[in-house]
Amino acid sequence: MAKSTKQQLEPQHNPSINLKGTLIAVMLLGVFILATWFGCYYLFLSR
Amino acid sequence: MMNPLKIAKQDARLYMSFMYVTFASLLVGGLMGLLQTLARSGKFTLPFNINYYTILTVHGVILGLVLTTFFIIGFQFALMGKTVGISDKQRKAGWWAFWLMLVGTVMAAVTILVGQANVLYTFYAPLRAHPAFYIGLALVIVGSWVAVFTNFRQLYVWKKANKGQKSPLLAFMVVINMAMWFIASLGVAASVLIQFIPWSLGYAETINVLLSRTLFWYFGHPLVYFWLLPAYMAWYAIIPKIIGGKLFSDSLARMSFILLLMFSIPVGFHHQLTEPGIDPTWKFIQVVLTFMVVIPTLMTAFSIFATFETTGRRLGHKGLFGWFKHLPWKDVRFLAPFIGMVAFIPGGAGGIVNASHQMNSLIHNTIWVTGHFHLTVATTVILTYFGIAYWLVPHLTGRRLTPRLNKLGIIQSIIWTVGMTIMSTAMHIEGLLGGPRRSNFSTYAGGDQVQSWIGYQMAQAVGGTILFIGIVLMVYIFIQLAFFAPRGVEEFPIAEEEVDAEPTPKLLENWYLWIGITIALILFAYTIPVFDILKHSPPGSVPFDWPIGRY
Amino acid sequence: MHLHKFEKVWLIFGMGSLALFLVILGFAAFWKGTHPQSHIETIDPENVEAHDSFKPENLGLREVADGKYIVNIVASAFNYDFGMDADGKPVKKIRVPKGSTVLFQITSKDVVHGFQVAGTNVNMMVEPGHVSRLETEMKNVGEFTVVCNEYCGIAHHQMFATVEVYE
Repeated sequence: MAKSTKQQLEPQHNPSINLKGTLIAVMLLGVFILATWFGCYYLFLSR
Repeated sequence: MMNPLKIAKQDARLYMSFMYVTFASLLVGGLMGLLQTLARSGKFTLPFNINYYTILTVHGVILGLVLTTFFIIGFQFALMGKTVGISDKQRKAGWWAFWLMLVGTVMAAVTILVGQANVLYTFYAPLRAHPAFYIGLALVIVGSWVAVFTNFRQLYVWKKANKGQKSPLLAFMVVINMAMWFIASLGVAASVLIQFIPWSLGYAETINVLLSRTLFWYFGHPLVYFWLLPAYMAWYAIIPKIIGGKLFSDSLARMSFILLLMFSIPVGFHHQLTEPGIDPTWKFIQVVLTFMVVIPTLMTAFSIFATFETTGRRLGHKGLFGWFKHLPWKDVRFLAPFIGMVAFIPGGAGGIVNASHQMNSLIHNTIWVTGHFHLTVATTVILTYFGIAYWLVPHLTGRRLTPRLNKLGIIQSIIWTVGMTIMSTAMHIEGLLGGPRRSNFSTYAGGDQVQSWIGYQMAQAVGGTILFIGIVLMVYIFIQLAFFAPRGVEEFPIAEEEVDAEPTPKLLENWYLWIGITIALILFAYTIPVFDILKHSPPGSVPFDWPIGRY
Repeated sequence: MHLHKFEKVWLIFGMGSLALFLVILGFAAFWKGTHPQSHIETIDPENVEAHDSFKPENLGLREVADGKYIVNIVASAFNYDFGMDADGKPVKKIRVPKGSTVLFQITSKDVVHGFQVAGTNVNMMVEPGHVSRLETEMKNVGEFTVVCNEYCGIAHHQMFATVEVYE
């Protein structure tokens, strides 16, 4: 009983909340942005 | 958070009126889009001697300015009504906004359709349309201002009645979007009222072309954020509820909206990077500011994934991506906006390329740009709007989104995805190969280069046709939801905060501070360059009617 | 306001990328001089001939030094005026050797036009009252279509020319 109450009260934004999947997803997004930008920059330089 | 209010019948009628115009616009504007892609494939000629640039103007004005503005204002009124309420007087003002905008729209549309305004939606001087076109546009903007001040008033009244409480998140977001819209549209309104209308009527002999373009783009970039912010409202505060979760962070959502307000306006020069009359240093400064506006979108991306992951984990889905697999893929209220989010990844990345100062010459005015904003506005934004309509329309009409309509919506979303992937990809590639935007079919001087463009234009016609099928289906779904679906109660989903969420800092609601910074940034980015533009003005331009077929 | 640890990582990564882009662009623009064209030089659109570069006899391609060229063009709806050839016919195609440096100078007599040598980085807005100017090295061999890429009226798509870069 006491345990479940504690669980409910666990703050959502506790830094230990598991957001590993989120980190990987946004990092993939970041890599995509970098690839797009450098690809276009290369094309720009080659012209 | 306060309990959401109930939307009364008479209020629903106002909100729905905006929706009728939205979906009528979708059909008309979409048909024009279809005709364009067909004409530009070189395989079809437009019937009845219709001019390509007439339909191009209709497409841009009706979808870019009319559909978006009507949907946004209708949706935002509904959000305000739901969260802070609407009085009789405010509803009356809402009707004024609606009718002013509608009269303006009809005026502009008729002028375009009779061939008196083949100037495209950017109406660059010194091409001169019939004055009715400019007056119509001015009415649309003035009508939208009535909505702006009504929304401000709604929140103000609520704040007075609920002293010390933080405003509901969605009402806060609406007011941010409207503040941005008002500050930005002052630029285009000044240009239309002071420059274009007197000049088109013959009272002013000449017009300052560069100044008119600068005022237009001072408005033109925040315009695209005005379209995007309602989608963000849904992503932050509605989608979490649909997937069975809670708000990720009230403060971060507000913070990102504040950043969007501050940085979406002082950036218009990134649309004018290849122009001859603006100091390159000031162009670069606005490029830096443009990159700042990416930051709240990075925050949004994190927040969305985090909402999905937190919700999924709480529902007990294990593994690194178990939460992703179990998202409600079969719920169109989620699926359509989700596809919109995905489209914003290439859309946003392309946008960074576009704004990259000298690199802009790689793609400026090529059809890459058209491909870009068909990902951002015509996929990200519009699919999110559709996603909203699936529950908002039946909520307002007292009907239900039936499993059959839900399924049709899913099919619609897939059709849209396929059509847009084909069309937008073809546009991006053709643009990198140098193919221009806003041009009728042409073989130019012939040769391999032009031939390679035409291949991609065929692909665009295929994509455009698929998209038009999607539009017809969407209009069918809308009509069903508005008039024929079974009676019932459809939920108005608004995500709630965690019970134990961190309190939102009071500072985030300091309107004087945020609007003050916004204005300071605008003054910083524009004062000196505009002063330079005025100081180094060439002789003004007389109007030109014949190039657009007016004699 | 609290940020999750991973959100901090992500924002630092994202903002770092944006800063990197800006450093690259800024370095190229301010130190290497690759700014987009901006010369803030004005001209009377109704009397462009008063400007030396846009006198009828000075239009078209001219070699000013070894491997260095100037091209003067007057844009008007719906034509690029590259001057006349020896037979008195309007020039529609110019030819330059690979690796040459070409300065394009262009202005408009009437409305706003675009000037893009498609497939190269020569891409400028052409506005009445302003002189657009961009110098570039023609690095690649081929036939490049010059297109008006800003809407200038109902025959806008018929406004073109050709630049040929030969070995």
